[in-house]
Amino acid sequence: MRNKKVTEYFLISLIRLVTYIVVAIVGYIIIDIFIKGLPTLSWEFISGFPRRSGAEGGILPAIVGTICLVTGAISVALPLGMTSAIYLTEYAKQGRFKEIIGLAISTLAGVPSIVFGLFGLGLFVLFFGFGASILSGSLTLAFMILPTIIVSSEEALRAVPVTLREGSLALGASKWQTIARNVLPYALPGMFTGSILGIGRAAGETAPILLTVAAFYLPKLPRSIFDQVMALPYHLYVLATQHPEAEKVLPMQYGTALVLLLLVILFNLSAIILRNRFRKKIQW
Amino acid sequence: MVRTNVKMEMRAVNFYYGNTQALFDVSIAIPEKRVTALIGPSGCGKSTFLRMFNRMNDIIDGTNHTGEVMIDGESIYQNNNSSAELRKKVGMVFQKSNPFPKSIFENVAYGPKIHGIKERTQLQEIVENSLKAAALWEEVKDRLNKNATNLSGGQQQRLCIARALAVEPDILLMDEPASALDPKSTTRIENLISELQKNYTIVIVTHNMQQAARVSNYTAFFYEGHLVEFDKTNKIFTTPIKQQTEDYITGRFG
Repeated sequence: MRNKKVTEYFLISLIRLVTYIVVAIVGYIIIDIFIKGLPTLSWEFISGFPRRSGAEGGILPAIVGTICLVTGAISVALPLGMTSAIYLTEYAKQGRFKEIIGLAISTLAGVPSIVFGLFGLGLFVLFFGFGASILSGSLTLAFMILPTIIVSSEEALRAVPVTLREGSLALGASKWQTIARNVLPYALPGMFTGSILGIGRAAGETAPILLTVAAFYLPKLPRSIFDQVMALPYHLYVLATQHPEAEKVLPMQYGTALVLLLLVILFNLSAIILRNRFRKKIQW
Repeated sequence: MVRTNVKMEMRAVNFYYGNTQALFDVSIAIPEKRVTALIGPSGCGKSTFLRMFNRMNDIIDGTNHTGEVMIDGESIYQNNNSSAELRKKVGMVFQKSNPFPKSIFENVAYGPKIHGIKERTQLQEIVENSLKAAALWEEVKDRLNKNATNLSGGQQQRLCIARALAVEPDILLMDEPASALDPKSTTRIENLISELQKNYTIVIVTHNMQQAARVSNYTAFFYEGHLVEFDKTNKIFTTPIKQQTEDYITGRFG
């Protein structure tokens, strides 16, 4: 009896400790970036153009580039993902075909990001001839985050009670009327949650944009979606590994990392606020 | 005895969920503007039978049937696109009240809007009349814009009845409409059914023998997918022909 209690106490403590370690790691990363990055953070850093291949000046082009890419990726992936999810949950019949689609989606989710980069290079940059551009990069990122958005949209749609669908159909509504008026409005908050996860990934990934859009050093702002841009994660990579004076530009690296972190938080925050606003209207 | 017209009819209907047969050779003629109660133990096919008449079984994958189902003498399964039109004529109230997470007004106006009514004053009129017919108007007239999910269980179920009435059906199918309600709310629903019977043909599934006896003119007893007996309610409850029916009603099984 006594032994059992001791074992249990030990196990629970262990589980708790492991959880704390996870939190500690995340906390350490964030605090470290804040402490070392804050001194670099200034108006000039955020709004200025880089000089001497990024050793001095600001990172405005990279910030603008990342915002462009994330916005582009989301505006392609969200409609595509939501539409696929609607088809899969509401229309596709149970069976082999649906299983294959499901398998394809989970495989897509597991594809390494550098493979997405190569895919984007082959299809968008070369085959479609978009070149290294915001368009190519956004599309590549869109395909990368598509599975996340499809899966969470499917979950959101399935969470809408069957009784609401039946209630609508029983009143003589068509299937599409039912989905548009009595399913989709309630599923939207959940769909936004999926896009939140996607946004974080799209903003932070380096590999997919490496081959499709990111410029090594381009101290100007893009004029169209066919322009190349700098991007925060790639800029960070360049500063850390490719820069001739990598040690000297350490503060710039931390500053860039902090801005990227803040940008992701900002994106997530606005998505969460949007989601909550939707959710407030719904109760069942 | 007043002769009544046949409103709904089934001829030799078999129904299958995949390989499982749920209805066996069911034939019935349900009279117009009367209340018909469906009784029988759980899983005997009452709900399946009910959902044949508004083609709600169609939305379940892998179901099929043989035989003929008719309303007003017309076969309802012939045209594949007519289920929306059909459901406009055949309203349904579900076991678990399912108000949409919208305002009370929007719940009742949902059907009319679907069917193309846009004018606000017309919608207001329909909403008011439907809520009055469902004996709910007095309780909610001051808060039509409040969310319907805040209503009590009994009120929600009457709202669902009002919502069904708003599309002006001839028939009301009710699948255990009072099974989740307290006795007081149940009484209100039962009184409402008696009231609605003047204008609608009502078919109601119930597990409650007394309820069947109280509200219905006709009763059908189902057992394991077979329609065992169908007759006037007082006949079923006093002098049933089949032994099975008598056993069920007297509580010997089920």
